[in-house]
Amino acid sequence: MASTTPMDTPPAPPLSSKPGTSTGRAGDNIFAGLSRGSGILLLVIMASIAVFLTYRASLALSKNEGNFFTTFEWDASLTPPVFGIPVLLVGTILSSIVAMVIAVPIAVGIALFISHYAPRRLAAPLAYVIDLLAAVPSIIYGLWGALVLVPYLDGLNLWLDQYFAWTYIFDQTQPGVARNMLTVGILLAIMILPIVTSVSREVFLQVPRMNEEAALALGATRWEVIRLSVLPFGRSGVISASMLGLGRALGETMAVATVLSPSFVLSFHLTDPVGGTFAQNIAAKFDEANATGRDALIASGLVLFFLTLLVNGAARLIIARRKEYSGANA
Amino acid sequence: MSHAAVQQAPAPLPPSNGGQSLSHRGLPRWAPAGFAVLGILIGAGIGAAAGLDSKVQWGLIAVIAFLVVSYVTTSVVENQRQAKDRLATSVVWVCFVLAVIPLFSLLWTTISRGVKVLDGYFLSHSMAGVPSSQPGGGVYHALIGTLEQVGIATVIATPIGLLTAVYLVEYGKGALARAVTFFVDVMTGIPSIVAGLFILSLVLMTDTPPSGLLGSLALTILMIPVVVRSTEEMLKLVPNELREASLALGVPKWRTILKVVLPTAIGGITTGVMLAIARIAGETAPIILLVFGSNLINSNPFEGAQSSLPFYIYQEYKAGEVASIDRAWAAALVLIAFVMILNLVARGIARWKAPKTGR
Repeated sequence: MASTTPMDTPPAPPLSSKPGTSTGRAGDNIFAGLSRGSGILLLVIMASIAVFLTYRASLALSKNEGNFFTTFEWDASLTPPVFGIPVLLVGTILSSIVAMVIAVPIAVGIALFISHYAPRRLAAPLAYVIDLLAAVPSIIYGLWGALVLVPYLDGLNLWLDQYFAWTYIFDQTQPGVARNMLTVGILLAIMILPIVTSVSREVFLQVPRMNEEAALALGATRWEVIRLSVLPFGRSGVISASMLGLGRALGETMAVATVLSPSFVLSFHLTDPVGGTFAQNIAAKFDEANATGRDALIASGLVLFFLTLLVNGAARLIIARRKEYSGANA
Repeated sequence: MSHAAVQQAPAPLPPSNGGQSLSHRGLPRWAPAGFAVLGILIGAGIGAAAGLDSKVQWGLIAVIAFLVVSYVTTSVVENQRQAKDRLATSVVWVCFVLAVIPLFSLLWTTISRGVKVLDGYFLSHSMAGVPSSQPGGGVYHALIGTLEQVGIATVIATPIGLLTAVYLVEYGKGALARAVTFFVDVMTGIPSIVAGLFILSLVLMTDTPPSGLLGSLALTILMIPVVVRSTEEMLKLVPNELREASLALGVPKWRTILKVVLPTAIGGITTGVMLAIARIAGETAPIILLVFGSNLINSNPFEGAQSSLPFYIYQEYKAGEVASIDRAWAAALVLIAFVMILNLVARGIARWKAPKTGR
């Protein structure tokens, strides 16, 4: 709509006591300026994150004796600092993939359960419970994962290694308890489940009643209703929910730091208790890092930053292409 | 489509054979429960017989048995489409159960292990002079740290977030608005540790000593996009008619926003802010990088190392002693209680202030 439509007949003596007649213009300008300013501030913050991280990272990279992209060790605090990220990159992506593979289908299932399957009276409290659990801090997931989940998954780990070693990913080549990428992935999946669920559920609840009723009227079963009207409508919502989850999984620090037994060994075996992720490595190595060591950690953080940027950006584009229902002013 | 009558719930008629539907046979109403029991029995049976010691495997076998039994039975008794429907229903139920188990386990463990140490002493004392292997000590210093850091972050982030949301909904049209929307989304995905590193890179350049304020700044970065997002959603829900009515009366746009749009959405906005607070209260990573943690009470957030609840939990977990793990659980219980109460209150406000909508 056009900005301020009032017919500004009097040339506005500033601050008359009549509300809303004369102070309009100046107030409008100030307010618009303020709100635009904070929008711009946001962009400035984003830009400066990239700039400052890049600057500090370049300091460390210029001293790096190893190759940042191919060196399989992290000794950034030694006098000739040697460090590289492949282990971290693989670990981060691997654990996130495991988390997504487990979490997204289950989350969609739960969202459908709450929106379409659960008994009416139960649906609201259940949704409430899931929402509350989205708020559990990651450090508590980490504590629980390390002290409760790991012992439980030991058996599964052995079993997978015993019978599914042929799949390569479940082949355990290094000894140790289940402090591995599989456990990390499962824990991350549990952590992102509530977020993915609650966003998906919101979308599923917005499916036009008419679409569902039309499908029902044609004699569709409940599953067919969901396949024909709910899922197509909710797809972009599910993608955006998954994106939120993936973002959290990629950058999750504490849960990984507490559960994983880290080491700089590259392994694609999910059951090997080795590896590391960007965030975990930063948290673990920060205490003993010297100046160069910190810059090196910032360099790895920069990679993580661009990784999340890439994921979120790509997901945004996917959603933008399917943006039929924006909610407001429809 | 001869069986148009058989949709929705698996027919409510009694299990006795004969017509629940006019055209074909159907399973009784209690069938899903029966399948579930059968599945669990099979899972437990196979698990016990094969001597699997992990209950996780028992559960997985039970799940698979449940799905197979319900699909096969339904496709034999009813038909393929109903079987598929039944399978989907079963899968959805299984998903829910699968998710609820760990989530309740987490809450249960935290509560049952947390109450061991949690008492008035624990809440009112710091860790000064308490070795990690000894019982005693408390979270008072961490509690103070969390409250101050989160408080400062909220004070900075809320106005910026609100104004940005107002800009996006009420003013934003062109390229700038699109850029801001895009980067708010991207910013939502910034890992907390990266926000911490950003402030750290500034700190390294200016040689600032650690303080709670630095932690708050990192938390601010994490909080802004959450506030923007939730506020934006709420502002979009305000009916355009209200704005138009106000503008038609000659009220300037900024007063329309302040007096009509924001008050209408205030419930949702408050909820969003409180949920954002709950989210940043649990962040550990920036605190590790910027506030360093301390065992002593430091109530000045602008100077010196501070602790915070999540950091305290991490610290006590890393110490690895029996007493320190107990303290970690107790602190976890305090943190969960804090976050949950915030959440409950926030959602209470949302419900109480909710704009009346059709659905």
